[in-house]
Amino acid sequence: MSTAMEVNDIIKPENLVYQKSRLMAEKQFNFCPGCGHGVVVRTIAEVIEEMGIEHDVIGISPVGCSVFLYDFYKFDVVEAAHGRACAVATGIKRVQPDKFVFTYQGDGDLAAIGTGETMHACNRGENIVIVFINNGIYGMTGGQMAPTTLEGMKTTTCPRGRDVKTMGYPLNITPLLAQLDGVCYVTRHSVHTPANVRKLKKALRQAFENQRDKKGTSIVEVVSNCNSGWGLTPKAANDWMVENMFKKYPLGDIKVDGKIVMDMNAPR
Amino acid sequence: MKEREMRLMKGNEAIAEAAIRAGADAFYGYPITPQTEVMEYLMETDATARTGMAVLQAESEVSAINMVYGGASTGHRVMTSSSSPGISLMAEGISYLAGAELPCLLINVSRGGPGLGTIQPSQADYFQTVKGGGHGDYKLLTLAPSSVQELADFIALGFDLAFKYRNPTMILADGALGQMMEKIYLPAQRPRFTEYPDWATNGTPEGKERRFITSLNLLPQEHELVNIRLQKKYREMEQNEVRYEMIQCDDADYVIVAFGIIARIAQKSIELARAKGHKIGLFRPISLYPFPYDQIREMADNPRIKGLMSVELSAGQMIEDIRLAVEGRKPVGFFGRLGGMVPTPEEIETALYNYFNIK
Repeated sequence: MSTAMEVNDIIKPENLVYQKSRLMAEKQFNFCPGCGHGVVVRTIAEVIEEMGIEHDVIGISPVGCSVFLYDFYKFDVVEAAHGRACAVATGIKRVQPDKFVFTYQGDGDLAAIGTGETMHACNRGENIVIVFINNGIYGMTGGQMAPTTLEGMKTTTCPRGRDVKTMGYPLNITPLLAQLDGVCYVTRHSVHTPANVRKLKKALRQAFENQRDKKGTSIVEVVSNCNSGWGLTPKAANDWMVENMFKKYPLGDIKVDGKIVMDMNAPR
Repeated sequence: MKEREMRLMKGNEAIAEAAIRAGADAFYGYPITPQTEVMEYLMETDATARTGMAVLQAESEVSAINMVYGGASTGHRVMTSSSSPGISLMAEGISYLAGAELPCLLINVSRGGPGLGTIQPSQADYFQTVKGGGHGDYKLLTLAPSSVQELADFIALGFDLAFKYRNPTMILADGALGQMMEKIYLPAQRPRFTEYPDWATNGTPEGKERRFITSLNLLPQEHELVNIRLQKKYREMEQNEVRYEMIQCDDADYVIVAFGIIARIAQKSIELARAKGHKIGLFRPISLYPFPYDQIREMADNPRIKGLMSVELSAGQMIEDIRLAVEGRKPVGFFGRLGGMVPTPEEIETALYNYFNIK
């Protein structure tokens, strides 16, 4: 090597290895630093851009940390009431069956207040994509117990840890949804390493292709961190997630092409 | 295309047939007595095959109203119908629809409450409909039909008003109107619309900015401006959309004020009274929001009119708006039956004589 590269030599189009999707708005995320949401949000944009469907896509952002989705995307987004994303998606899809419709829901939205809407949209086989962020906590309201909160896990509404005898068990909802005939694809991912992000992207692509091919409901769960809500640094939160969340919510495909592929009897 | 057509129809069936003919794009609903025939008719007559409209039975009223929210967000003509307890469940969604300014048609074939109440007709949802129901400062354009014909006519009108103001329209009917059969003229089939408003989130067109639908504003200074804009819209509705009917009020000494099915019964009461030489008129608000305050105030200012009486299928809800209009200028009497009971024309007549001491 003769001379060190100048900055201007480095910033050249031919040296570009990654750039933000052009479907992302010039808007700073309001997610906490270290949170997985941003990675999922932009990965969805990349898939939509690569499929060239941005003029035919409608996203639905219900209440929770997902609520500001419309600020981040350069395609149409509808904000929905807490828990009602799948009903709103149904209402949109039924009048425009050829458009691509996806929901982006947290665990409180999908698995607590919106369980009914989620269950029945899946049971009808609504031809939509459901992106489900499972971080075991209510992030937006400041760290309360979620249906997916692990046993013994501390939140502001179970400060001594989740007591399953009085507060119920962690709700592992995606394997439940996988058993519904209307659902064609259920898969569980994470975004804590680049390799995992790449897997998620493939899964999201598969989900949107299922919608294009009118195969029914596709659910992509992302087990994610909530370092603020968990009271941990981003790094410690990811480590805690791998050690604890992945035990209850193991990564991998749950249902593919209408067939359950996960071992439902495996100890969790 | 089918032309204007005469038929003998049940109110609920007329809602459904008129919806198909109005070019509705979707009906999302959940069964509840006394309006279940609406969705049954849409399924039985295969509305989807006739016009391509979507008809879907939701898993709850909560889901149905949010399906309406979704469909309406794409600029399509979407509707639901329900009855009192179901409308209560929809309250959050209705507030969201009003907040996000989504046009749609809602129908309440109301029944007696509170609670599970009864399946018989009632007007006790007046407050819920015109004073709020859901949270926040919002208004529903509210039409109150008093015949099966009006029930059918208000479907297309309701959609048109909803789109004119980008606001939900509510048709406040009742179990009697829903269940009774009358001869009606149905309009010709109107084609479904194929053009959608610019704000509709139905996929960003090429070269256009993305659209979004929301009722959220974290900054109060921004959200106050949204509310001020909404209020301005409501004042416009109040200017332009007051609807009412006056029957034999010109020479009346006393005026009954009644809406919906009870106005039909009161019409007979004034006939009976006039046969006995008593000059009684009937004022029928057709739009409950906006309420015909000015017209009622004019009657109160009329020296010939000695008093007004509100007749309602409730413990007295619309009477509050009548009193606001009258502002103490004249006595305002009340007669109502509760919990699904419907008075006879004679009962109303007698109540009027008693209250105003008419011999």
